[in-house]
Amino acid sequence: MIADLTVSTTVDEQQLVRPLVQIEDLVIDYATRSRTTRAVDGVSLAIGTGEIVGLAGESGCGKSTLANAVMQLVRPPARIAGGRILFQGEDLVGKSPEELRRFRWRNVSMVFQSAMNALNPVMRVGDQFVDMMRAHERVSKRDAIRTAGELLELVGIDRRRINAYPHELSGGMRQRVIIAMALALRPELMIMDEPTTALDVVVQREILQQVRALQREFGFAVLFITHDLSLLLELANRVAIMYAGEIVEVAPAGAIRDGARHPYTEGLLRSFPPLTRPVERLTGIPGSPPDLAAPPSGCRFHTRCPHCLADRPALYARQTGERPVLREVAPGHWVACHLVEEQG
Amino acid sequence: MSSLLEVRGLSKEFSAGGMMRRARLHAVDDVSFALEPGRITALAGESGSGKSTVARLLARLYDPTAGAVLFEGRDVAADRSRSNVLRYRSKVQMIFQDPFASLNPTKTVRAHLERPLRIHGLAARHDVEARVHELLETVGLVPPFAVAAKYPHQLSGGQRQRVSIARALAVEPRVLIADEPISMLDVSIRVGILNLMRDLKDRGIAFLYVTHDLASARYVADDILVMYAGQVVEQGPVDEVLANPLHPYTRLLISSIPDGTGPLQQIEIRKGTASAAVDPRPGCRFVDRCPLAIDVCRRETPELVEARPAQAARCHVTAPPTTHGEDVHAESAS
Repeated sequence: MIADLTVSTTVDEQQLVRPLVQIEDLVIDYATRSRTTRAVDGVSLAIGTGEIVGLAGESGCGKSTLANAVMQLVRPPARIAGGRILFQGEDLVGKSPEELRRFRWRNVSMVFQSAMNALNPVMRVGDQFVDMMRAHERVSKRDAIRTAGELLELVGIDRRRINAYPHELSGGMRQRVIIAMALALRPELMIMDEPTTALDVVVQREILQQVRALQREFGFAVLFITHDLSLLLELANRVAIMYAGEIVEVAPAGAIRDGARHPYTEGLLRSFPPLTRPVERLTGIPGSPPDLAAPPSGCRFHTRCPHCLADRPALYARQTGERPVLREVAPGHWVACHLVEEQG
Repeated sequence: MSSLLEVRGLSKEFSAGGMMRRARLHAVDDVSFALEPGRITALAGESGSGKSTVARLLARLYDPTAGAVLFEGRDVAADRSRSNVLRYRSKVQMIFQDPFASLNPTKTVRAHLERPLRIHGLAARHDVEARVHELLETVGLVPPFAVAAKYPHQLSGGQRQRVSIARALAVEPRVLIADEPISMLDVSIRVGILNLMRDLKDRGIAFLYVTHDLASARYVADDILVMYAGQVVEQGPVDEVLANPLHPYTRLLISSIPDGTGPLQQIEIRKGTASAAVDPRPGCRFVDRCPLAIDVCRRETPELVEARPAQAARCHVTAPPTTHGEDVHAESAS
């Protein structure tokens, strides 16, 4: 009954020579009349071909804004204020609306948390497939319907449901319809932003298993965004941890699980009560995430960090006054922390 | 022996279906349990399982279709006088999921806490401020004089939930019902609320913790009830139930939860109807999704049977009526 789906959690070095997506020093601002909030501040992240990258962080850390930028869905009051997003070597920033229209769904598709509510309520599921596919490809309605039926079967929905209206489907089924649509044009990358957060745990499990199986069959890459670090540790090859607009740690999932180095990552891991391991009193993380309109100086986590203490004046001065940068502490394991840097 | 709050055979039906076909949704069907001082009981299940309806029945937001809620041994439905309802409402307090919606944005924290003290006459005029500060300290909001002056929008989600808890504590309740109190909070501050619940338990409060999150239930609770389609399908000490679940649904639920301890394991998940509680026929409501189902499961509704000490399940296969628990009942009855 239980089949092991273990995959190597190490990153294929070949793929990283020229990754599918290369985000470089990306900066995104939200500008309102009274103030500017920097939601993403100098983020660099690569996604290899066929790789599942998990992006974890709390609400307001900038993880969804980052995902929208890869999809080129950043709209005022948000704007990309700096950096590049290379897709197969080509910069997406500055592409024309027509180029982007062709790029979306075909090269990158996206599944949101509320995507199940994005289906048109007065159109049959199959017709929505046809519309989307014919906007991108010369395909007959009959062929599109046939493809739609095949895709629905792939995500575990009876193909006869093609004639159903969205309200006739449960939330989990609608979310699977969206995943099937996202697969339709065989994109190289699927961005999934909290795709299962609104669903029950058994339905979530079903969808994750299907995504994993489909990803192995078709070889697309996934950027999976969630606040649920436990989920990412099971699903992703590599995990990036985001805090207050910055990536503070990136490593293979196993290295995050067994050897996280950033105090914020450690705190997150201590925030999830275990299901099977012995129960100890957890500490969580004191305080709450900062206001990005006025982020703390130096390391943005220093206001909550248990290792930021005035009794080590030299380190303390750096923690409170100097922004740490990502440094490689082990192959593929990057951490932005003054303390980790001093420890070597 | 009478418990602080006891629920016996509680049932709640709602009308469902359209004009042409009248149907009855058995949202809560024959649920029984007891809450004791100094213990946390988790009520777990997925959306639609009926767990929130149980919480609302206990808060007297609904009237039950059948069954009784006994507080300190007395049926709360029996005496509907205003004084009795007021007394029940002050002794059984509810904490809601959304700390953004449950506080008044135009009132300070102090106003939120003073109001119940005045309504229930629990502090003399000159004691009110000291009591407000004491409540804030109890829930970890320090320094209290600074927090008391703030408005809800000046607080984080976790701080707001602490204010809701302080407000519930203001009337010196004996029972707290917390309906998904952490599910809308950021991950890093959830543990703080769970720890606060553990600390309050030690003050002798009886807790009902309604949740879909079994790991947090294991962290705070002593006992657990697992609901499926309106019925309690398993109950017992939380460590026992989660380590050695009897009911196939509890097993499915546990194996579905990402624990982050290794790569994703493929588990078998069977399809089944989600509307099993609408006009239910005799038989087990989990039967269509159950890998262990046998003939009798489709014919007869299983009873809750104590198949292991203190651990009971509604399952013909894993908790059949002939196990030792049933014998114990038979002996005590004779």
